[in-house]
Order: sequence, then C-alpha cells, then structure tokens
Amino acid sequence: MSVNQTIEVAPAPRTLGTRLRGLAGHRAVWPLLALALILAVNGLVSPGFFSIRVVEGRFFGSTIDILYRAMPTAMVALGMAVVIGSKGIDLSVGAIIAICGATIAWRIHAGDPHVVVLLWALGAGLLCGLWNGALVALLGIQPIVATLVLMVSGRGIGLMINLIYGGTNPSFESPFLQSLSVGHVGLIPTRLLLGAASFAALWLLLRRTALGLFIEAVGGNARAADLAGIGSRLVTYSAYLISGLTAGWAGVILTADTHISDPVSQGLYIELDAILAVVIGGGSLAGGRIHLGMTVIGTLIIQALATLILTSGVPPEYNLVVKAVVVLAVLLLQSDDARAALTRRNRARGSLGGGSPGGGSPGGGSPKGGRRR
Amino acid sequence: MRHLTWLGGAVAGGLMMLAGTQAFAVTIGFSQVGDEGDWRPAFSKDMQEEAKKEGIDLKFADAQGKQEEQLRAVRAFIAQQVDAIVIAPVVVTGWDQVLKEAKRAHIPVFLADRDVDVTDKSLYVTRISADFNLEGRLAGAWLAQASKGNCKIVELQGTTGSAPAIERHKGFETIIKEFPGMEIVKSQSGDFTTEGGKKVMEAFIKSTDNLKGICASFAHNDNMQLGAIQAMKEAGLNPGKDLLMVSVDYVPAMKKALAAGEANASVELRSAIGKYIYPVVLNYLKDKKPLPKWVVIPSDLHTAATPGS
Amino acid sequence: MTSDQPPRVELVGISKAFAGVPALDRVDFTLHPGEVHALLGENGAGKSTLIKIMTGALAADAGEMRLDGRAVAVGSTAEARALGISTVYQEVNLVPTLSVARNVTLGREPRRFGLISWRAAREKARARLKRLSLEIDVERALGSFPVAVQQLVAIARALEEDSRVLVLDEPTASLDAQETRLLFRILRDLKAQGMAVVFISHFLDQVYEISDRISVLRNGRLVGSAATAALPQRELITLMLGRELERVEQRAAAAPKAAGAPVLAAEKLGRRRWIEPFDLVLRAGEAIGLAGLLGSGRTETAKLIFGAVRADSGRLTLDGAPLGHASPRRALRRGIAFCPEDRKAEGLVLDLSVRENILLALQTKRGWLRPLPRDEQRRLAEAMIEALGIATSDAEKPVGQLSGGNQQKVVLARALASKPRVLVLDEPTRGIDVGAHAEIVALVRRLCAEGLALLVASSELDEIVAVSDRVAVLRDRRIVGEIAGAEITRETIIELIAGG
Repeated sequence: MSVNQTIEVAPAPRTLGTRLRGLAGHRAVWPLLALALILAVNGLVSPGFFSIRVVEGRFFGSTIDILYRAMPTAMVALGMAVVIGSKGIDLSVGAIIAICGATIAWRIHAGDPHVVVLLWALGAGLLCGLWNGALVALLGIQPIVATLVLMVSGRGIGLMINLIYGGTNPSFESPFLQSLSVGHVGLIPTRLLLGAASFAALWLLLRRTALGLFIEAVGGNARAADLAGIGSRLVTYSAYLISGLTAGWAGVILTADTHISDPVSQGLYIELDAILAVVIGGGSLAGGRIHLGMTVIGTLIIQALATLILTSGVPPEYNLVVKAVVVLAVLLLQSDDARAALTRRNRARGSLGGGSPGGGSPGGGSPKGGRRR
Repeated sequence: MRHLTWLGGAVAGGLMMLAGTQAFAVTIGFSQVGDEGDWRPAFSKDMQEEAKKEGIDLKFADAQGKQEEQLRAVRAFIAQQVDAIVIAPVVVTGWDQVLKEAKRAHIPVFLADRDVDVTDKSLYVTRISADFNLEGRLAGAWLAQASKGNCKIVELQGTTGSAPAIERHKGFETIIKEFPGMEIVKSQSGDFTTEGGKKVMEAFIKSTDNLKGICASFAHNDNMQLGAIQAMKEAGLNPGKDLLMVSVDYVPAMKKALAAGEANASVELRSAIGKYIYPVVLNYLKDKKPLPKWVVIPSDLHTAATPGS
Repeated sequence: MTSDQPPRVELVGISKAFAGVPALDRVDFTLHPGEVHALLGENGAGKSTLIKIMTGALAADAGEMRLDGRAVAVGSTAEARALGISTVYQEVNLVPTLSVARNVTLGREPRRFGLISWRAAREKARARLKRLSLEIDVERALGSFPVAVQQLVAIARALEEDSRVLVLDEPTASLDAQETRLLFRILRDLKAQGMAVVFISHFLDQVYEISDRISVLRNGRLVGSAATAALPQRELITLMLGRELERVEQRAAAAPKAAGAPVLAAEKLGRRRWIEPFDLVLRAGEAIGLAGLLGSGRTETAKLIFGAVRADSGRLTLDGAPLGHASPRRALRRGIAFCPEDRKAEGLVLDLSVRENILLALQTKRGWLRPLPRDEQRRLAEAMIEALGIATSDAEKPVGQLSGGNQQKVVLARALASKPRVLVLDEPTRGIDVGAHAEIVALVRRLCAEGLALLVASSELDEIVAVSDRVAVLRDRRIVGEIAGAEITRETIIELIAGG
C-alpha cells in the first residue's frame, strides 16, 4: 500500500532532472520530505487524516491539531534556535514554562486583570532569560551548566509560587487567557494566529535588524566578532532573553490550555523536543546559524510523529522507541554523509547483482527507496 | 518524652498520675516521601490530625523524595526508641538493612501506600494501602452496569510502567473480560497529566471519527480525564452524555465535573487514611497478633448521584 | 662536526602541501651526530611541518629521509621513536597531577607478569633523569616542580635508551635565564654523548650560544644553511626576513610626502608583559611599518593601538582628544579599523557568507537597530569583491570556502567597508600566494594615497620597506628605533633589529 503511494509521487523528480537535483542540495528539502512522509503515513493509518471540517465554528481536523499542538513547542524551539545560533543552549525552557504557569495562577488568584496577568507571565519568562543571560554572558559559565541551574530549580520555584497562596496545582478560570490558547478567530484557532504573529515578530527582530547577523557572528566565531566590534556579551545576552520570552509565551499558551498550574509536569522534557526540532531543522549545535523556518518544520515533524504514534495503535510501551527510530531516520536522511554512504552501498549491491531488501534499519529504508526510483 | 516520663516515674511516685497518662501514650515515627502532587500533602496532614485525635505522639519526617533522608529518619526513630514506625517508601528496594536494625530494636514497622522489596517478609508487620487493582475493578464494574455490558472503551493510561497504571489496567480488564460486549478499542498513555489526557483524547477523537461507536472513556486518574473532557468540549462533543466518563482519584475538580454532569464516576483514592492506619498499628501494639502482609483500605466509587465525600 | 661518518639524519627534497597550498618546497636538511642544529624561520615558514615529517606525525608528499645513510620510511610517531628519534613539543604534554615517575613512563610502564611494576617504573625514571644529571624525588607530583624541571622531565620521557636524535621545539619559551642555562648544560652533555639535536627557537642569542649549525626556512623553502660561527647575526636576520619583493621595492614615493595632520597618537602607551610603553603618531596619508622578529611585539603594538587589548599605562588620543577606555567597538565607531593576523581564529566567521563578513564592521558602527538595507548590503559586497578582486562565485558563498588570499581580502574588505580613517593591518599578506601578495601591497599604498592613516605590522621586511613612510623597529617587546624616508632600507632595519 505504502509502496503504491510513494511511486505515484516519485517520478516527478526524475523528469525535472538537473534543476531538481540542484534543489536537493537546498537544506529545506530533506526535512520537508521527512515531514511529507510522516504525514503520508498518518494519512494511511487514519483515513480521515487530511479532512478538515468546521466544528463549533472553527476548523477541525488532525492536520489542524498538529499545527495547534506544535505551536507552544515551536515557540520554545524558535528561542532555542536563537540560543543555539549563539553557540549556546538553554536547558531551562521547560522550567520557565512551569514558573510562568505558577505565576499565572498566582496573579489570577491575586485578582489582577487578566491582561496584566499575561504581562506578569511574559515578564517572568523574561526574568528567567535575564538570569540565564547573566550566568552565561556576564559570568562566563558554560551555557549547559548555567541553564541547568534554572532547569533544576525552576520547578521548585514554581511550587513555591504555588505556595504563596497556599495551594498546590491550583486551577483557575480565565476566559481571556483561554481565548488566546483554545479560542478561535473566525474559523482559525487563535493560537495559530498568535504563533504566526510571534514568528513574524521574531523574524523581523532577527532579520530586519542586525541582531540575527550579530548572534550568528558571535556563535560562529566570538573572538572575530569581538574584534569586529560586536560586543559578544550583550549579543549572547540577547539570545537568552529571547529564549526566556518565547518559553514564557509557550507557558502562557500551555497553562491556559489546561487552566491549571502544575509545576511538576508542565513542559516536562520540552527542552529536548525543542533542541531536537532545531537539529531536525538542520541547525548545528556548533552554532553560527539560525534557521527560523526550518525550526518550525522540525517542530511539525516531531508533532506529526507524536500524532502518528497516538493514532496508530502502537502500544504505549513502544512510543519512545518508535519516536527515537523515526527521529534517527530523519537525521540520517538529512546528513549528507549518511546519504552518500547509502548510495555507495546501493551501488555496491547493484554491481554484485544482489537486491535483497533484507538489510538496513526501518529508518534507513526510506531515503534509499526514494533514491532508487 | 518517654525517657523523661520513665525517669519521672522512677524518681517521684507523686507524679504517678501525670506519668501514668503519658506512659500509655504511643509514640509513632512516620517517614513520608515528600509533598509531591495534591495527594501526598493531604495524606500527611491527615496523619497528623488523626494522631492528635488518637492521642498519639507522632514524629513526622519528610524525606523530600530521597531514600537516604528516609533511611536517616528511620534510624533516628530507632535511636529514639519509638513504639512503632510507619514508612511510606520512596522506592521499593534497599530496605533490608534498616528494617533489620528496627527488628533488632524490637520496633514494629508498618508500610503505608507503596510496597518494599525485602527478602525476609517478617521484617515488617504489614502494608496498609489502597488496592489499585480494586480501583480498576470498581471502575470496570460500574461501567459494565452503566452500559449494560455493552461498550467500546477508550483508555487513558497513566505513566507507562508505573504500578497504578499497570494495576488499574489489569483490574479494569478482569471485569470487562467477563462481558463479551465490552472492549478497549484505543489505549494510550497520558502520563497522568491534564495536558497528556487532553492530547491523547484529541488524537482519539480524530482517529475514531468523532468517537463514533465509542461509549466510554476510562482514565487512570482524574487529571487526564479532565483534560479529555476539555478536548471533547472543544470538539463539540458532550462528555458525560456522548461518552460515559469514569476515572480514579476523586479530586476536587472532578467533584465539580461530576456535579456539572461532564463526568459520570470517579473512584476515590483516599488521602484521609490515618483512620485506617492507626487502628492497625495500635491493635498490633496491644496484642502483637501477626497480620496478613497486606491490609487493604477500602475504595469508594462516586457518581454524580452520590456527591459528598 | 665530524663529517667522516654519514649524517645521522638526511632529508632530501622534502615537499608537502596542505589543500594545495605548499607548506614545504623541496627542502633539504642534514643533521650530524654530536651537533645542535638550529632550525629558524618566521611563523608559517614551515619549521613545524618539517619536524612533523621527521618525527612521523605527517607524511611528506615527496622527498626522502635517510637515517645513518639508509633510506627509511617513518609512518608514525611510534615508528620514529623506535628508530631513535625523540621529540619534545612546545607545550609540555605531561600530566601535572601524576608523579614524575609515572609521567616519565606513562604508556610505556614496565610490566611484570602483565602487571605494572611500580618499582621498576621508579628505577627506570631515576635512570633516565640521571642521564640528564637530574636527581629529584620521582614520586612527587610533577606539578610541584618548577617549569624548567618539568621541561627536563619531558625530555627524559622523550629520550629512550637508544635515542639518537632529539627534536626540541621552542624548549626555552617558558624558561628564565638560569633555567635555560641548566637546559643548555644538559644539551651539551647529550651532545658529548653523540646525540644529534634539532633546536627550534626564536631567541637568536640562545641560538648563537648553543647551536653548531643554523638552517633557515622561509615560505616553505630552505633559504640558507651554514655553520653558526660563519653566519653573522645580521646575515641571519636578512635570511629570515627575505627579499622577495624587489619588484615592488622601487618605491614610488622616493620624495618624502607632505605629512598630513596627526590623527591617532599613542603617548607612553603600554601594558605589562605585553609591550613596553611607547610613543607613536599616525598621520593622515602616511603608512607606518612595524618591523621586528617573531615575538618582538609587532602584533602586541597593533592590538594595543586598535583597543583589542586594554593598555595599563599611557593614553591614546584621536585628533588630540583622549580616546578613553579602549574597546574594538569604540575604535570602530571612531574610525579605527583592524585586520588581525590570524584570519581564521580572529578575523572571519567562516560559516557566514562573504557579504555578511564584509558587512560586520560597518554594521557594528551603525548599531544593531539600523541594519543596512539588503540592496545596499549586496551593492557594498559586490563593490568590495570587485575593488579588491576577491575570487568568489558570488557574495553568498560561505567565506570558509574561499582560498587563503581571498579570505585575507575579505578581512581587508570588512575593515575598508567601515570607512576608517585609521587602518591597522597585522600581517596583511600572511600565507597568501605571491600574486595576491603584490595586489595587497599595491592596495595598501593606494589607500594611503587616498588619505588613510596606516599602521602595518609585518614579518616581511621587504613588505615593510615597500609600503612604509616611517618604520618603527621592535625588539624584545620594545620599540628600539624609528626611521623615515630614505633611511628605510632593509639594511638599516636589520641593523636596528640586531641591536647595532
């Protein structure tokens, strides 16, 4: 079944020849291909996957869900992409989400107007970024260690904020915040609009000012950037502020989604998904480049995969292993070296006249197949 | 306190009256895991309040989730020669040595909530806890009755591999196996969180064409079920009506949902279990009669029709 | 130097290129038993490449190596050791927390029944140290000894019982005078035992004190080899600093130019352990050369003037007003630009495109909130690519993919794009081919003619002579003389460097 599906798609690249071969060198091709593949498998597993209906006055369907669920992770991943671009890493984003959730519950219980509560939450995220930035940029602590501090303590801080008014895991009602998270404007979920707007704002900040260039220069070669007059400390600092703010924003959306502050589990392990999204999107942990659009695609790959696992009927015990295998496959698909190795092996096999599909991991299979056709 | 009383009794007979009442007071050391979540703090608070009621001198130690803290606390209890020790263990292993020390000091040890894994079962008197399996069975039995034995079910599992997730699932299954019309058609882990429950239910809604043909949602805890309720409402479905919603915990938010008719049943996971634990301990101290290795705290199922605790 | 027996080591016609750039070009090198042979040259001359080939760390592209008259192929450092060739690198590759005995025997511990015998290890360490007349407690941690002793332990570690060749790369760099004397005493002992020693150092006095023979490399070629006694210091410096630019040497401005107004002035500017306080005035339309040997303080002076390193004495004035607290950003904003010597480590962001690299300094000057519009960025990049003749397929190519000379031009383009009034160039022609070399020299002269104040630090004497209107000569981190106009010749500079 899946073979038929892919064969229909496959002939196009061959006929278009060299132009597409040039395109294949573009960094966006492989992640997009991976996303298309995962979506296609989703479509095979659940028949109504691509259908979009209007329910309760808004778009409704699995593809919308993927966008919808991916939005908070995408926010975190975008901040992460900036930090990684500066040759750093921010492990504390999940903890920042927990702190923001606790801050929201606290200020709502304190009776603040809910717009002010939103500012409190974003302020909390920014404050966390301020802290991380101070450790990394001013004190020169290695990013992985510096952000580990908040990663470890942040959830405790969230619990302490919960205790300010004596509650644990307080729930709250906030029509305003909930409208941001689960509401819709016209047919479109509000959070998708907010996500698009945030993406645009971040893009403008990085690409319509020189900040993006400066961060990339510092991430690529801090010494050279300093000698070119770019104050590498301030630039590094700005990356952590951005990450704190985007994590805070994700915290608002996630907390308003369930209207409960749960510091122990909110945003747990989201830093790993965010880092993964950056890497799947073609970012290098060595720093020096920020790919915002590709990071979003990386997040969508992860979310499409999560949806696939939830709907495919894989027993929950296998979820993590399935995820790991697919992620590995996507990363191999992206790696020029891995693709080259596979082509070499194919050629060797071809010359030997053997064509048994026995070998290879399930992940290795897809790029190989794509190439043969 | 005990030393003081004993000295007082020996030195001055005139103080016998006062010392007498104190001499019968029982001192119990209680080592608690910590205060994660909602349930633990409520449990700790109840243990302290019930102790006051029973006139027990309770020495409470919070282990902050660390076994080493817990071992230190138990050794301190032994040194203080308390009458009995109650442990709510952080983990199941690593208890042999300290329990042997307690046995040598002739202090009986009781386990609350979680089990321990020791080679010599005589090292502790008994374990007093709720029965996850029973909770699953109660939920299953209620559902069998409510659906007249005919029901396709989606299941929101707890954290994969955790004891409550395994046992609640098993218990639930033993009941519905008896009914050929009942079947779990979708089962995924929501990690015991509201967010997880919401995510999983959203996916279920999509993959089953708006829960077509599904008659119930069984969640291993209320938080996940509350998330599922949100997901259903956002999809234009009526939780509690389109689907029978049954879960475990009976947290305050679930009480509200039950009252609003958005959920149908919840098995109570009691936090006020001091009143089950202390009688077992006190009776044992009195007659030293061996007990079965597990004393089960009864579970209750609450529905919208039976509000109140 | 006994020539009746065959040389211990003979390298014949050794060539080596890295990614097409020649590092060694048909180099011959002969080492006799019982001699200390000094190998000299500026940075990048090919000294370390030659040693690495001799000690098996690199394979030569062409040429032959003979040991005691027999051709040998040294495929690895282990093979070299087995042949009796021992090396002590510049950085001491030892573990300071381990005992002296463990350091000496590390990785080659004597074993009994398959287990390490610590007693034998101690004996072995003592024996080896004794050969260097060093008697110390071998069970103490290495780090507790002075650097000189550590250096000797490193030599002890390198010397196998059957070692016949000892290669020392800058062994005295971190030693004081007394420690150096100790090392030299031991070297003389070893020499008396028939050891052949290759000695690399940039301290000329030491070279004259210890060596029997000197070979000089420049730009990958052997430019001279002579007995130390037969090579006066001035001639040696001439060899090291080269004469390749005779073509350019016919200075256009033989007549002294009317010097412009002072732009940047250093008054008693200095920094401890970095450079002695100095005075230097840069004028519009004038190029000042900084000449001196490796380690004399050329780069240090350039960096201090740009503000890459903060001075701890004196001050800098721009147009007569103090510049205040120094930083690259402030310097750039005030119109001072800098091209660092090490373009890969300090100059370029290799992953960024040519356009972005050219843009950086100008953008810094404008601040992050006022980005240069994309169109102007492209125009600027293309203008620079054309003006400097940067060979690249397009402006969006990552700069890391360009050749060395073109990378150097990008560094220069960046500095020029910021429209500076003062330009500080540190080794503008390091490691680039001859064609690009001449282009850059011509460019520098043109810039100067357009009214730029220039400071050029270079190890190439001819380059200095070719571009400079005035030359400050450095020795031992101190400006020892300043010459101008017709005085600027190779000979006067060499005389100043040699301390004449």
